[in-house]
Amino acid sequence: MFIQQLSVFLENNTGTLQAMTELLGKSGIDLLALSLADTQSFGIVRTIIHSDQMDIALKILRENGYIAKINQVICAAVPDRPMGLSELLDLIQKAGLSVEYMYSFLRAFIPGTAHLILRLDDGAKAEQIFDLHNIRMLGQKEVDAL
Amino acid sequence: MSKRAHLIYNPEKECMSRDELHALQSSRLAETVRREYECVPMYRARMDEKGIRPEDIHGVEDLQYLPFMEKTDLRDYYPFELLACPRSEIVRIQGSSGTTGKPIVSGYTRNDVDVWSEMMARTLTAAGCTKDDTVQVAYGLGLFTGGFGAYQGADRIGAMVVPMSSGNTQRQIMMMKDLGVTLLCCTPSYATFLGETIREMGLVPGKDLKLKAGCFGAEPWTEEMRVHLEELLGIDACDIYGLTEIAGPGVAFNCLEKNGMHINEDHVIAEIIDPATGKQLPYGEKGELVFTTITKTGMPMIRYRTHDICSLTDERCACGRTTARMSRITGRTDDMLIIRGVNVFPSQIETVLIRTQGVAPHYMLIADRVNHSDTLEVQVEMTEDMFSDTVAHIENVRRYITEQIKSVVGISTKVTLMAPKAMPRSEGKAKRVIDNRKL
Repeated sequence: MFIQQLSVFLENNTGTLQAMTELLGKSGIDLLALSLADTQSFGIVRTIIHSDQMDIALKILRENGYIAKINQVICAAVPDRPMGLSELLDLIQKAGLSVEYMYSFLRAFIPGTAHLILRLDDGAKAEQIFDLHNIRMLGQKEVDAL
Repeated sequence: MSKRAHLIYNPEKECMSRDELHALQSSRLAETVRREYECVPMYRARMDEKGIRPEDIHGVEDLQYLPFMEKTDLRDYYPFELLACPRSEIVRIQGSSGTTGKPIVSGYTRNDVDVWSEMMARTLTAAGCTKDDTVQVAYGLGLFTGGFGAYQGADRIGAMVVPMSSGNTQRQIMMMKDLGVTLLCCTPSYATFLGETIREMGLVPGKDLKLKAGCFGAEPWTEEMRVHLEELLGIDACDIYGLTEIAGPGVAFNCLEKNGMHINEDHVIAEIIDPATGKQLPYGEKGELVFTTITKTGMPMIRYRTHDICSLTDERCACGRTTARMSRITGRTDDMLIIRGVNVFPSQIETVLIRTQGVAPHYMLIADRVNHSDTLEVQVEMTEDMFSDTVAHIENVRRYITEQIKSVVGISTKVTLMAPKAMPRSEGKAKRVIDNRKL
């Protein structure tokens, strides 16, 4: 089960993140989760938004000269307690998978869990493993209900 | 005659009267044109197109009617189609970077190597070199003409040559000190780096080193840089000019008056033209420098457009030479950059970007000089194809572009990925180059 993620290229300059979030914010786009990867010269913003806002967000960004893409990520719910994350990572590692990046939701909606967004080198395999081990994965509908 | 008359290698040729020189140039030009017409189909076609026959060319004043040659010709007729002699007569190949991926090469006959050696012998002699001197060649020895040119000139004089080639600064300085090197040949930026390293090592030029002069070229430099170099190394710093297409370094050189570069006019004819119209300009006016070789037999060049901007003068120099002098190069008519002695054309970078990205992205080249060494930043606008949600992927794209540029152009650059529209869009020809080196 995958959900959609929007990623945007930014130059690593003062104000570029603000300008982009303002652009989306003024169009009423709600950022449900966000992570920022930065290098010396550029940054990548990865964000989860409601899927019915995806097309308009992409259109607005492109019209304003941003490079943006949609791709698929996994959203896993892990127990909100010490070792919750580490157990998940242990499972990933034992399956021979590696995490390319990971971040978490700004708000949780299943009490007692934390929602993590993961990009793994082999998404399909990760999905199987998570299913096998009863790791709860959130679907796009659940995310959209946030 | 000047007190420095002994610093003239070939007084008969370098000090001949302007009239005698004119007669010599005229007969050599006519012979060169005849040979080129007979042996090089491309140039014959170009002359036929203009309705000019070899017998129409009687002297230097007829030069203006001849068609030009361009750097692109060396690419289009690469590698041997411009040879005006049987291939078996070629004894050497030298080359430099071309306008796109391929280098340009020039073939030298035994005569051409001799002429080039003579020109470099004159160049080094003018800087004070005699057979008692020790000459360190810190230009790269290879396809690039700098190293071999300096070596041949010093060898011709009978000086002791230390063929170090470029790089390995500590060892360069050790040899300079141990062997008592008196003349240094390299690029001005490398000379500065050597000088600074010498100072950092606590060595004192004039005490620990015997250096008295340097012949520096292959990249543009300024009068301020000369003053700095002369103080740093305690030497006379002489500017030299040359290009592979014509011979190599030594086409023109500073004497110790350091007031313009003497052109070896018994081997080449220099003209200044208006780059827009191609019309000849009088001495004293600034324009594009054009060279015609008149003694070369391997790959003669007729009215070769250098795209370098300078002016000429035939006023008598205090050194006693009668040859015309060219001013410092003050710019280019195209957007070629010289980075650490290597010619870089934006079109080469564009070729790489098209090849690696499938499209021609917007890009900008930014040259700068950091600690007296040239740097080149290649700013490339991000495209959706290049973009990904992982840093590793984007870094791989960036590294791949960097490696490809290095393999095509031959220099290391810093590739920076930019947001779209970061580059100014222009109406006509895009501005691709920003040179912050203040030359």
